[in-house]
Parts: sequence; structure tokens; C-alpha cells
Amino acid sequence: MTEPRLVEVRRNVLKQNDVVARGLRQRFQNEGVFVASLVSSPGSGKTTFLEKILTMLRPNYRVAALVGDLATENDAKRLARSQAPVKQITTGTLCHLEAAMVERALEDWLPAPLDFLFIENVGNLVCPSAYDLGESLRFVMMSVTEGEDKPLKYPTIFNSADVAIVSKMDLAEAVEFDWPAAEANIQAVRPGMQILRLSAKRGEGMQECVSFLLGQRSTTRSPTAG
Amino acid sequence: MHELSIAMSIVETAQEEAQQRGLRVAAVHLRLGALAGVVKDSLLFSYEIASQETPLAGSKLIIEDVPLAVFCQQCNAERTLDSIQNFTCPVCGTPSGKIVRGKELEVFALEVSE
Repeated sequence: MTEPRLVEVRRNVLKQNDVVARGLRQRFQNEGVFVASLVSSPGSGKTTFLEKILTMLRPNYRVAALVGDLATENDAKRLARSQAPVKQITTGTLCHLEAAMVERALEDWLPAPLDFLFIENVGNLVCPSAYDLGESLRFVMMSVTEGEDKPLKYPTIFNSADVAIVSKMDLAEAVEFDWPAAEANIQAVRPGMQILRLSAKRGEGMQECVSFLLGQRSTTRSPTAG
Repeated sequence: MHELSIAMSIVETAQEEAQQRGLRVAAVHLRLGALAGVVKDSLLFSYEIASQETPLAGSKLIIEDVPLAVFCQQCNAERTLDSIQNFTCPVCGTPSGKIVRGKELEVFALEVSE
């Protein structure tokens, strides 16, 4: 047997996902749809937030949501109350969404043309970080009940996201949420990250969030899109 | 736990490259960034499972850790950070989120025999 030798390869392991994600991003841009995804731990309030956002946007904009869940269809049912088109991606045991799942979900479900598409990832602060979904913007959400150190525990997911949402602000006092500490922790792992504070249940901060999304959509839209 | 699917992609990638060149793989060298979102021990364990009953069965996965590096605007220099929990320049203390290295998840070489 010959001596082993090294052959240089240099191949990105997630290239396949990245290629699909790039294709999706191009397609979304061509169609003029702004795609925002949402990651958080289970129970942070992604679904409540989305239900509210869809309800607020729906009178004036064409909106839809794709929601990833391990086994149940409960989230899709809750989101359907907003009367926006909603599609569930049941991942089975898979702990995150991948670009190909989004692509597949859109194949036989085209509520186009859309202004906004929301993608709710599976509740998980670890695995979704590695997978680009072709979204225009990624929110990472943490609720005040989870503690101020979430960003320090999961710096990777905070780094994969563009904007942070601190949810359940109506409970902040009850759980003695330390806002300056939370803010410092987010900034420590992602300097300059914009943070939106809100209570989807009570509505505080939701209007600001809608304005933020509208602003983002107008700046990222290609000039040729309708 | 997405390490198993990552391990399967590594096996697939390595096998593809080896087949094209008509080589037999003894070890796969992987560059793994501190911010890749992958747990090293889980990945090593998953690799064994993922490579079973493939031409790569019995091959080793050798992981080279890539520490996080950012560009510090203040120093106008690249800085390696010890921790992914504190994105500040270790020299001047300025916060910096401009990542230069640390997101790698790359099969960079194969140890092969003909």
C-alpha cells in the first residue's frame, strides 16, 4: 500500500443549501416579496407575534406565512386565524428548516403575488443558525421570561440574525427582567444589532415593528419590482 | 442535533471528490469555525454512523478548529477573539461585528491512497 497523501478539496459542506437559498433569494427579489424569518427557542412567542403581524399587515398588504413545526399543526391553525394564507412545513424529527424545504413548500403553494412572506422556523436556538433560507431578513426572538443571558448562551444564532426581538415585555416587571443587561449581552455577541421590544399580546411595540418591516421592504426592493 | 445531517453531507462531499479522482479516502480533513453552529464531539460521533456502509467506512474525520476573527476598524487590523461571547477587539476594546473568519464548515482536504 502506498503512503497516504493529502489532496486539497476545499468544499463548503452546506453548499447545496446555500445554492438553493441563493436561488430563492433571487426569486423573492424578482417577485418583489419581502421575506422575513423568525428563529427563537420554543415558547418565546413566535406564533403569537406572527399572528399579530399578519393581522396588522393584511388589510393593506398581501401577506402569507410558512411555519415549520416538528409534529403538530397547531401553529398553522393559530396563524390561520389572521385569515392570511398559511402553510405548515412538518419537519418530523428534523430540528430546523432548510432552504430546500422552503422551496418545496412553495412549489405546490403559491399565494403569489405577495408583499410579505413570513417563515417561522422550528423552535430551536442551535440548529437553524447554519441554514440560509433565502430570506431578506432574519429575526431572532427572545422573551423576557428566558433570562437576560440567552445571547451569551447562543451567540451563533444571534450572529446569523439581522435584528433581535425581545418579546413578552408585558411580563418584564413580574420576572424582574434586566433590560440593560439583556441589551449589553446582545451587543456583546452582535455589535450594532438593532433590537425591537414588544408585547404581541398587549400590542405594545407592534406598530413600530410594522413600520420597521415596511421601511426594510422599501429599501431592499429592487427598483424594477412592482 | 443537526450534526448527523452535516456528517452525511461531509461523507457525500468527500465521496464525490474521491470518486472523481479514483482515490480511496483514509481521512477527511474538515475546517470548523467557532461560529459554524456545529458541536465537534457530536459531529465526530455522527461521522462514524454516517460513513458506515459507504466507501468511507472506517475513515477518520480530522477537525481543524478555526477561531473567530474580526476586523477592528479602530486598529485597522484583523483580530482573533478567544470567545464567541464577546465581540470586542482584544487590543483596543472596540466592539466589532465584522467577521473575517469563524463560520467555516469546509472539507478542505482528503487523506488518500491510490
